[in-house]
Amino acid sequence: MEILRVKDLCKFYGKNETLVKALDGVSFSVNKGEFVAVVGASGSGKSTLLHILGGVDKPSSGKVYVDNQDVFKLNESNLAVFRRRQVGLIYQFYNLIPILNVEENITLPLLLDGRKPDETYLNELIDTLGLRSRVKHLPNELSGGQQQRVSIGRALMNRPAVLLADEPTGNLDSKASKEIIELLKLSNKKYEQTIIMITHDQNLALNADRIITIDDGKIVSDKKVR
Amino acid sequence: MLFKLSIKNMTKSIKDYAIYFLTLVLGVAIFYMFNSLDSQQAMLEVSQSTRSIIELMIGMLGFVSVFVSVVLGLLIVYANNFLINRRKKEFGIYMTLGMGKRQISKIILLETILVGIISLGIGLVIGIFSSQFMSILVAKLFEADMSEFHFVFSKEACIKTCIYFAVMYLAVMIFNTMTISRYKLINLLNATKKNEKVKMKNPFLAVLVFIFGSSILGYAYWKVTGDVGSMNTAEKILPPILMGIVGTVLIFWSLSGFIITVIQKMKNIYFKDTNMFVLRQINNKINTMVASMSVICLMLFMTISILSSSLALRNTMQRELVEMTPVDLNLYKTANLPESYMKYGVEHKITNEKQREDSKHPIYETLINNGLDMNVLKDIVEIEVYATNNLTWETFFGDSLNEVKEKFPGLAYGTAEEIVKISDYNKMAKLYGINEYELNEDEYIVLCDFDSQTELRNKVLAKGNYPLTIAGKEYKSKYNKCQEGFIMMSTSHTNLGIILVPDSCPLTEEMKEMYLLSANYNAETEEEKKEIEKNFAGNQNSSNLIKSLNDNGIELDGFTKISLMEASVGIATIVTFIAIYLGIIFLIASSAILALKQLTDSSDNKQRYTILRKIGCDEKMINKALFRQIGIFFGMPLILAIIHSIFGIQFAITIMSGLASKDDLLPSIIATVVIIGVIYGSYFLATYFEGKNIIKEEE
Amino acid sequence: MEKILEVKNIEKYYGNKSNLTKAIDNISFDVAKGEFVGIMGASGSGKTTLLNCISTIDRVTAGNIVINNEDITKIRGNKLNKFRREELGFIFQDFNLLDTLTCYENIALALTIQKVNAKEIDKKISEIADKLDIKDILKKYPYQVSGGQKQRVASARAIITNPKLILADEPTGALDSKSARQLLENFEYLNQKLQATILMVTHDAFTASYCTRILFIKDGKIFNELIKGNDTRKQFFEKIIEVQTLLGGDLNNVI
Repeated sequence: MEILRVKDLCKFYGKNETLVKALDGVSFSVNKGEFVAVVGASGSGKSTLLHILGGVDKPSSGKVYVDNQDVFKLNESNLAVFRRRQVGLIYQFYNLIPILNVEENITLPLLLDGRKPDETYLNELIDTLGLRSRVKHLPNELSGGQQQRVSIGRALMNRPAVLLADEPTGNLDSKASKEIIELLKLSNKKYEQTIIMITHDQNLALNADRIITIDDGKIVSDKKVR
Repeated sequence: MLFKLSIKNMTKSIKDYAIYFLTLVLGVAIFYMFNSLDSQQAMLEVSQSTRSIIELMIGMLGFVSVFVSVVLGLLIVYANNFLINRRKKEFGIYMTLGMGKRQISKIILLETILVGIISLGIGLVIGIFSSQFMSILVAKLFEADMSEFHFVFSKEACIKTCIYFAVMYLAVMIFNTMTISRYKLINLLNATKKNEKVKMKNPFLAVLVFIFGSSILGYAYWKVTGDVGSMNTAEKILPPILMGIVGTVLIFWSLSGFIITVIQKMKNIYFKDTNMFVLRQINNKINTMVASMSVICLMLFMTISILSSSLALRNTMQRELVEMTPVDLNLYKTANLPESYMKYGVEHKITNEKQREDSKHPIYETLINNGLDMNVLKDIVEIEVYATNNLTWETFFGDSLNEVKEKFPGLAYGTAEEIVKISDYNKMAKLYGINEYELNEDEYIVLCDFDSQTELRNKVLAKGNYPLTIAGKEYKSKYNKCQEGFIMMSTSHTNLGIILVPDSCPLTEEMKEMYLLSANYNAETEEEKKEIEKNFAGNQNSSNLIKSLNDNGIELDGFTKISLMEASVGIATIVTFIAIYLGIIFLIASSAILALKQLTDSSDNKQRYTILRKIGCDEKMINKALFRQIGIFFGMPLILAIIHSIFGIQFAITIMSGLASKDDLLPSIIATVVIIGVIYGSYFLATYFEGKNIIKEEE
Repeated sequence: MEKILEVKNIEKYYGNKSNLTKAIDNISFDVAKGEFVGIMGASGSGKTTLLNCISTIDRVTAGNIVINNEDITKIRGNKLNKFRREELGFIFQDFNLLDTLTCYENIALALTIQKVNAKEIDKKISEIADKLDIKDILKKYPYQVSGGQKQRVASARAIITNPKLILADEPTGALDSKSARQLLENFEYLNQKLQATILMVTHDAFTASYCTRILFIKDGKIFNELIKGNDTRKQFFEKIIEVQTLLGGDLNNVI
């Protein structure tokens, strides 16, 4: 089942001589439950792609369909709802809310949506992420790996259509990196979570089912790993 | 949830909010203090005439308050906008989590309301307590009786403060919502990515512009001091003001480039300690601060000028008041009222025979005839003042009239000169304790103490032996300039001219214009004096002799020392109060803008100071560098403002000629320095300590 | 040989009782004057912590670090700052140049805070600028020059105070291979011609191959030591790769 489709996506910055083509006619589609890695050097356009998929940035032209919904046809407030319900974002630098504790950070997207968190799912998530003993801690009291686990929990809380991860291990040591990748794989298997992960690290990408390589704003290869 | 976020944000970022909050609290407190004046205890204790002056003052303060609220409102919007910009990243994260712009507006709305209510509350409490001290100050200024102390709370002022600030916060909310709706999510997320480019001004251009800006300022300074004589109409003051503004902007545009170019040439200073770092910091920042620096400088200039000149005005008024009110009572009435007289081309008939009859007698007789117990008065001196249409200002200036008229077209040149016999004047002068004069048979003296009028008269008197025909006889001026002196009490130097003539001067009965009687109250204590005063002043008093005479159609008018004192103190106090009110508000506004500017750049700062630390600077060196950086930022607009003020105050004193004197400047400048030092200084220190905290924080 | 740096049985723990991490677990080694020592290890191995402890940015939990006969674990406050200023030179991965200062001024700053007079500063800078080939960019601002040039300016800043020891933390981490090579050749020059003692942390085998000796760290302990001796750089590079393979597992960073 197709969950995400990208069609002729372009993103240009500047004008005339200073025109930069961050994305230049990118098209692909992702099925539900796939774990896709997008690989490219810095400046290849992969972060721009992720931002557009997450409804954070707008494309210059082209379309993005998530769950058969044309994302950029949505108005401002529906786009907010889209980001709230359909997308989970994980960043290199976690982007947790420093004033909220672990549990509050994880449940924030639900609360923003005006829904009550499903206690069983929340508990399961906290246990899976190994954060049981830390639920009442503030982000700055946690290690980098723990913070990234919180941000995974936050991204998964709404059972989004796609989970977007931007260099999720970029700021972590090897042990913590391994843990984070294992958790992503686990969520992929356990909840049939669709994941798109951006990285510059080929080895890390090998953990995914499929690797899309981007260079100069274009897809240069798209192959199944397993 | 949103509410919880707001609360948590506030408690977390209390440090960021400290200066914003301080400014709000100060604003509320001062607003309340100045608007609560009418219900202060001192106001209830003062006399009737003072009361009416206070009412005038309250009216004016109310008007000024509207202006103040506009200034404060702009300041709050500005400060708040800074805080919002600091939190771009945070809002970006909220939005990626699916928060809509409306929800973000709601968070900020809640925060604004919270900050608003808390600052309003604290500000009012501080304002209410401070107004008790102000009560004492007011009582002192109005010489009210404050033997019993009551705690005063003004409900009206409290409600007014709440309403005004509610409106200001409302403006902030609208502004915030507008700001938020303009944001793009992607830009919010990338807000912390710094812009590496450092814009440098062409040093040659900077030096050129600096010199140009200084020249403009120099010319403007000369215009308002050296060339002040040409400033005779209101429009002519505009060009120097505009030049001052343009010059200020140009100076700030070029200042850092100029300084760095000059100091780079002095290698031993530039390459010493962290000097070059501090200079570059300033150079880097000031480029984005030209507008705000100029505004701050001009606001400081206004603060300094307003405070100094108004305090000087007040001091001068009080000093002159003592000098100009040497006796307790002046009474005067017109002598020899005709059956009809011409006024403004219309014939007025005087039908009251009683009044015409009375006008043939001196005041002393009128008082006795109308039953005043003359024992209440002592040191009575009565003189006659003469005037004739043959000797007006016009005739006084003679051949020079056209020249004088050209410069001062607005004067009433048809006014008849007041003529007093020398022996009469000396009697009065002896009582007043002022200089007595002697005259030869063919001489006259002009007395005048109103500065601009003295200047005019001196122009012709300077010719020497200036001739005048008085009552058909030729006289020449004894002195080649006006002499000091007066015959009627007033609140300040307002004698426009009295001509003293020898007793032999053939002044006729028809020329007798006015009787003037001076006396002291025959009393020992203040209470007794106040009792006697009732005969001559106070509207509601049935025992008021003057009023009952006037009611009976007999014209008699007068001044008492006590009423002059009260009126004068009142006016001086109004001016002082409004000046202090405006001055403090301007001061708070400029300090707050500077402080916020410094702190919002702190993340860049922090990075740079971290590098300093990494290459081996110890905390002492780092703190010194930060102190100098912030010090220079606070110092620059202040120094230029002080230079502006040196000329501005001189100008103010000149145009208020006769009202404020240069001799009274020093104490007022000291008072101004103290006020500025306390407010500006505390903002400076607050900024330094907060900045120190920020650069100390670990990642 | 004169010992510049002695590291004796140092340990560094993070966290509290329930969550204790041993970042450094009993490490000892010496560095002699004129050596160019590399410290290698995967991310999280403790190599950055080790460098931070030597550079006095971080404090050890136990053990001693002696630099030029001064035990830096024993000195505190301003004396420590003075020591850092005068005895150590730093080169960082992200350059840490001040964006508001020109390259010349960035180098000069290291001297002005030591109260060197302007004339001498000028002389010293033109000397070092010649050697590191940055003469043409001295008047430029950091944003106007390339990453490699920035790092050479940073190196000039580190060496200009004649420190006893230069500490470099992943100096080639943000550079392309050509700039990295040029920088490393500069390091070699500083080391061989100016007898600068350099301690460099890196995870990159190519960068490490310029060193005269390499310490491998794993899980907070010294795992292996390689000495270049008379090997060519290529031979040394191959030996480094071998040890890295031996270190096992984490080969992500070998490019």
